[in-house]
Amino acid sequence: MSAILTENVGRVYKLRGPKRKDDPKEVVALQGVNLEVPAGELFGLLGPNGAGKTTLIKILTTLLLPTSGRAQVQGLDVATHAQEIRRRISMVSGGETSGYGLLTVEENLWMFARFYGLDSKVARQRIAELLDVVGLQDRSRTKISDLSTGLRQKMNFIRGFISDPDVVFLDEPTLGLDVAAARQVRDFVLRWMKAHPDRTLLLTTHYMAEADELCNRLAIIDKGKLLALDTPTNLKRRLRRDTVYTLRVAPLGQRPVDSSTMLEAVPGVRQVTITDVEGAQELNLILEADDALSGVLQHLNQRGSSLLALEKRDPTLEDVFINLVGRRLDEDTAGTKEDK
Amino acid sequence: MLNQPRIQKATGLRLFWATMWARAYPRIVGALRERSWMFFETFLPVLAVAGYVFLYRAIQAPAEYTGFAVLGGAMTAFWLNVLWSMASQLYWDKDQGNLELYVLSPGPLMAVLLGMAVGGLVMTATRASVIIVLCSWLFHVQYQIADPLLLAVIFVVTMAALYGMGMLFASVFLVAGREAWHLSNLLQEPIYLASGFYFPVKALGMWAATFASVIPLTLGLDAMRQLMFSGDPTLGFLSPRVELAVLAVLAVIFISVAYAALTKLEQVGRRQGRLIERRR
Repeated sequence: MSAILTENVGRVYKLRGPKRKDDPKEVVALQGVNLEVPAGELFGLLGPNGAGKTTLIKILTTLLLPTSGRAQVQGLDVATHAQEIRRRISMVSGGETSGYGLLTVEENLWMFARFYGLDSKVARQRIAELLDVVGLQDRSRTKISDLSTGLRQKMNFIRGFISDPDVVFLDEPTLGLDVAAARQVRDFVLRWMKAHPDRTLLLTTHYMAEADELCNRLAIIDKGKLLALDTPTNLKRRLRRDTVYTLRVAPLGQRPVDSSTMLEAVPGVRQVTITDVEGAQELNLILEADDALSGVLQHLNQRGSSLLALEKRDPTLEDVFINLVGRRLDEDTAGTKEDK
Repeated sequence: MLNQPRIQKATGLRLFWATMWARAYPRIVGALRERSWMFFETFLPVLAVAGYVFLYRAIQAPAEYTGFAVLGGAMTAFWLNVLWSMASQLYWDKDQGNLELYVLSPGPLMAVLLGMAVGGLVMTATRASVIIVLCSWLFHVQYQIADPLLLAVIFVVTMAALYGMGMLFASVFLVAGREAWHLSNLLQEPIYLASGFYFPVKALGMWAATFASVIPLTLGLDAMRQLMFSGDPTLGFLSPRVELAVLAVLAVIFISVAYAALTKLEQVGRRQGRLIERRR
């Protein structure tokens, strides 16, 4: 039995009150998603904002019904066995503001633990232990209204593990955390999975390194569609026959109107993404072979730019994503760059 | 700790009980930590009561009218609690991200609502008691309690009906979205009038009082007044026992409809995505 199974899952949101006649009346958030996650796997969903990751998690956690297809958790259908599924799962979203500000960290966690039917004494014991694991034990009696965003997120994070769930859904769990706190969260996830080989964890993220480090397998999702599904190593291996370069160049100026004179049109260039970096521009290039580089340099020269630095590197998941989607992961589905 | 064996979790009635008290907890503890209510929710009602007391004294109304106003003033605390801390609460919980976690947990939503009611009731009863004690002392109210047991039963059933209505409103207000705020505002003052908070509801006339009886406080307050101030029996709208029967029916109706509405709300919410969206 799979821990998570989806068959052609789709979700369409009807938009309320379109202002003009030609405004869209619905948004397709997911279409034809097929997934099978066996028990014991740490599975990742990687995609930009608006890709459909959260919608899929909400369906799997019984908060939302699919408009097509079917989804199962622990062999139970999300549409018909919501209550049974809820006993077996938990979910934590990054940036959550849940809980009651007047309660302390310990009290908030206790309240949610009781919603899962934990004995009061057992709940307090688990809370103390988990707070210790994430280094929050000295804040157990702090009101959550007095916690920083990062500490509050840590508290929410351990809430997901107090109820001893079979399947944990983590939606961007390290969103907004500082480097050390994010590290702590990732370490905890890995230790928890190691200690509970029969449990399953589904994690959504748009941090490549996180997905690469944590996940046994990954699905890349964009505009509601699953584009690829494999281990991080195999996904990167897909690009191994290509070569990946990062070039730092003097600003290229206006993008040419004629597509035949664009960088993408240089023979041997598969993908290009351009990012502004401190008065220069960084080009991430996926080339069919090394010899395509000379054409790229010639093109830069013709556009009045000059090479400042060049690095040949192994493909990353970011490159895999760019190769599949045609843009960077930190751009949302509308192609807008995310503020960071 | 990561290697511990699976833990036992309550199900059924034990889970319902645990969920209810867990949700009541923030209400009870929160009120003890945020003590500003001691001024705003006791002193201000006392002022409102004082206005009516002086009016009744000026027109030389029977002495029990002072008691009527005091009891009405105390009961406003329950009405405000139902409006602002029950009816609007699920909407605020949704906005805060708590509703999602309530729905996601195996603890029944009805237990969550009941917990809100129990927590609110415990704290509001304290406030109402403070108002009664303070006003009784200030205005020298004399009580003549005819049947303490019946009085207690009527109070309990009134609260069951009133908080049952609050539970129903919680679902309705959640569907209404941000208009919940306006709905609460809209209902607050007119009910003071319709339910006869500061005067015997009989004065509104039979039809108006009958319509107003949909609000459980109308009959509850009327019955309690009759049992606490055994002066002129003609001041009551219906006999206390009849009012108790109507209140019991209202309690059953409100709680049943609240349960049905909550079930429906969850179904529609999951279908339309309303449990997870945050409209502003």
